[in-house]
Amino acid sequence: MDFTFTDKEQAFYEELDDFLNAELPVDWGSKPVRWPHDYAESPMKDAKDYEVARAFVKKVVAKGWFTISWPKEYGGKGYSNVEQAIYDERMSYHRAPGGSSGSIAAGIVGPMLLRIGTLEQQQKWIPRIANAEISMWLGYSEPNAGSDLGSVRTSAVEDGDDYVLNGQKCWSSGAHNADYSWMIVRTDPDARKHQGVSFIIVDNKTPGITMRPVYNILGDHSFNEVFMDNARVPKENLIGGKNKGFYHLMKALDFERITLVGIGGFKRMFEELLDYVKNNTRNGEPLGKIPSVRSKMADIATKIEVGYMLFWRTAEMLDRDQDPNVESSALKVVATELARDMAEAAMEILGPYGQLTEDSEYSPIRAMVSRGFLESISATIGAGTSEIQRNIIAQRGLGLPRV
Amino acid sequence: MNLDLTTEQKIMQASAKDFLSKHCHSDVSRAARDADEVYPLALWKQMAQMGWMGITIEEQYDGTEGNVQDLSVLMEAMGAASAPLPYFTTVAVCGTALQQSSNSVLKEALLPAIAAGDLVASYALIEPGNSYGLSNIQCAATAQGDCYVINGTKLFVEYARGADYFLVVTVVEGSGLALFMVDASSEGISLRSMPTLDYSKQCEVKLQNVQVASKNLVAIGDEAMALLLSVEQVAAVAKSAEILGAIQLVTDISVTYAKDRTQFDQPIGGFQSIQHHCANMAVEVDSSRYLTGMAAWKVAQGLPAQKEVSMAKAFASKAGVRICKLGHQIHGAISFCDEHDMHLFLRKSQSASMAFGDADYHNEKVAQSLGL
Repeated sequence: MDFTFTDKEQAFYEELDDFLNAELPVDWGSKPVRWPHDYAESPMKDAKDYEVARAFVKKVVAKGWFTISWPKEYGGKGYSNVEQAIYDERMSYHRAPGGSSGSIAAGIVGPMLLRIGTLEQQQKWIPRIANAEISMWLGYSEPNAGSDLGSVRTSAVEDGDDYVLNGQKCWSSGAHNADYSWMIVRTDPDARKHQGVSFIIVDNKTPGITMRPVYNILGDHSFNEVFMDNARVPKENLIGGKNKGFYHLMKALDFERITLVGIGGFKRMFEELLDYVKNNTRNGEPLGKIPSVRSKMADIATKIEVGYMLFWRTAEMLDRDQDPNVESSALKVVATELARDMAEAAMEILGPYGQLTEDSEYSPIRAMVSRGFLESISATIGAGTSEIQRNIIAQRGLGLPRV
Repeated sequence: MNLDLTTEQKIMQASAKDFLSKHCHSDVSRAARDADEVYPLALWKQMAQMGWMGITIEEQYDGTEGNVQDLSVLMEAMGAASAPLPYFTTVAVCGTALQQSSNSVLKEALLPAIAAGDLVASYALIEPGNSYGLSNIQCAATAQGDCYVINGTKLFVEYARGADYFLVVTVVEGSGLALFMVDASSEGISLRSMPTLDYSKQCEVKLQNVQVASKNLVAIGDEAMALLLSVEQVAAVAKSAEILGAIQLVTDISVTYAKDRTQFDQPIGGFQSIQHHCANMAVEVDSSRYLTGMAAWKVAQGLPAQKEVSMAKAFASKAGVRICKLGHQIHGAISFCDEHDMHLFLRKSQSASMAFGDADYHNEKVAQSLGL
């Protein structure tokens, strides 16, 4: 095993890190209030910070890094998966806006279009995604289709040049802030359930689409219910062939699992916790001298290292054309359970101060731990529950039977 | 970045697997357990011929000068075979200690013999009332002419009755720690068996006025401390690799069994409860594999490795037993029987978890390397 970066990778790592240190405001690390690897949309406290974020993303796009691993002819830099991973790691470490962990369009839809879109579709969508001009939400879940995505009922019926959509999506994270949906719909009601669904890109402004906000566990407007009532979507927006949706879904979910990890966020949050433990006392004793605290910190550090190992492993396998289907699900299970474990350990280490929900002189680490405690509930549920990941590992990875 | 084995390591792994499956299957382990012979000598000699004893020994001492990553490949293979041999003690511990010693006379005398498979050595570290670490060594060495006289009691000395030499950790008044290679046939050494879980034929070793020539001094003072900390890293990586071999095998045989075993008119591997056990095993094996790989790589590169080594050993020490217990659960009652192999791996995993520091010991080292 060789864990060294190539000279080119190392140079990119340093260039990116220097860029992030130079271009992000000095106190940026304290602005986003997102626990590592949750699926919540957490609002920033100050509206001005959204302006800072937008301006920063433009600079990332100008560097060509927003779509770093895409082919050059599609506006990317043709970088390797390890370089993509370096980008994801550094961006998430710096809590920078525009990391692929923050972009469904660049992290999932773009790569899917490059794989299964027609030339016309690529020409229509890819430049706008690559320039961060449009954002997207994932239209997968429905009231009766959660883990069992093959049960989606939202119907798309051909009528002239359009599909007419009727149905309902739910747990639609960030749909209210996005421009388009990457949606899975039923295009053949008579086929067996996995053989009658398709991917389609749906404009949020389509007449017949309405949204109802759903407030998450923290009281934030994160989810939506989205209703389609005779919403007409041009046929040209159907991606990857009619009724072929489920065939492509596994790949789309792989991209979701790999790109949304934000592994650097764990390291950053751990460093904040470590800093707190080193510099504070409990009952007159340094926190860092308490055996149970030392043990918990070591345990979390080790689990973060496991996450990093699976993260790099997935990337370097992709670069060598190996299929990391076990590794990507293992990464998802490990990272999301770590999100909960780290919040739980931090809560125990901080004791009564961990429960504070508002920033004050008594709340350690900007009251992030109570947020993390709640937000991380989403981690092991979103993007395929831990149980679904284990099914994938057992069935796809170990060859155990589907019964 | 490439987290696969190198081509040479893959070839060595395949040949080790092939050799061990033919010559060191589980019946050999059971027979060795019940035999008077301390370890299967013929098997040992065959392994020496394949170059396994000299894998990390410098070429000038007849070894092949491989690194800790190469050693890990063989330790992993031996973990999967539950091999009843003093390989870890001779090669990973004593060989490494000698390799790092500045006593070239001693190296010249012993390392070629180890490489040839003619010398078996074990380490004598833990003392009554002590556990891991070097903080309370009482075994005393006193200079007397061109000799030292050693007095003390050591515990958990693996394969002691088969060893030609013991690597004995002592204290010398005024100098601190001192390490000796002590001839096992020296006058004043007495052995008492203390059987342990993994059949590694451990003994209490009593040293009463044992005279050891000064030329057998491996290291003393700060040098001894540094050498022991370095040996502990190599040993911890080697034990993590051994556990990895055991739990990869346990996962493999459990998955196979889950596909074959039918209950309620279907393979039990179709039940999600069994699938999730298997998935958890696979995830933990992978996690352990790359943590151990990272630790071995850092040690091999000569980079600061304490944090990574301790993370790997702490993780493997817990994951090993956890995975074995899941393997038992999947196999059911047959795995509670001596004739079934599962218990060999459970025993090995538990014992290996306690060699050169358990999870708590290494967690504390991780905490220290975090600056706590």
